[in-house]
Amino acid sequence: MSEEMYDEDEYEGTIKKLMYVNRKAPYGTIYALESLEVVLIGAAFDQDVSLVFMDDGVYQLKKGQDTKATEMKNFSPTYRALEMYDVEKLFVSKESMNERGLSADDLIVPVEMLDANQMADLMEEQDVILTF
Amino acid sequence: MKFGILVNEGPYTHQAADTAYQFTKAALEKGHEIYRIFFYHSGVNNGTRFTSPPQDDRDLVQNWSRLAEEHNLDLVVCVAAAQRRGIIDKDEANRHGKDCDNLAPGFRISGLGQLIEASIESDRVMVFGD
Repeated sequence: MSEEMYDEDEYEGTIKKLMYVNRKAPYGTIYALESLEVVLIGAAFDQDVSLVFMDDGVYQLKKGQDTKATEMKNFSPTYRALEMYDVEKLFVSKESMNERGLSADDLIVPVEMLDANQMADLMEEQDVILTF
Repeated sequence: MKFGILVNEGPYTHQAADTAYQFTKAALEKGHEIYRIFFYHSGVNNGTRFTSPPQDDRDLVQNWSRLAEEHNLDLVVCVAAAQRRGIIDKDEANRHGKDCDNLAPGFRISGLGQLIEASIESDRVMVFGD
């Protein structure tokens, strides 16, 4: 997915807390896929990265996605590769999971579940929040 | 303050692009600096000079181009998102064998690293989307 390379040393001095908030279902719109592309490119910059999944965004991590019939690309295996990019802080909204009848066992990667108050605290700590 | 701006929606379908433009204009008027404006998702459609809105409507693409010229703004369209949606400059048109290019004046095409860099370099990043 990468389209260019960046010199990691260039940003050694500045490490910001950078959060990506994913709020949309994986299919139906392109937001989830293009958000993942930002995360992968951004990994080269060695920032302190967190990913949040809330609202329909929690479906992005759902196990057993099958997109054959819709001719969409199933990009969910890429979330399992995030670890190799040192993107290891994944958070999901407890309320969003509950509303959709999902539990941590339904997800393809290990996550930390946060309630709305904890999520607000985590967001408060961030330097940059990119919402998709 | 130094702002980075992310525009995630194209003009006319969503008001987000108008709001981003109005915010940018207001911030500049107040003496703030705009480090970069990055156009992603369908936001890349802010950068096509083929847009031809009715005469009694605002011309957002032209507004961006004018603002960029007046304030020497860095308007960056994401290359991957742009290619999917048919926004190309001369180089890209040649590379892909297209018969014309449509990138509006004042815009340039580059990679997602430009968004991350803007996030690091700016004091605050504003996201305009749906």
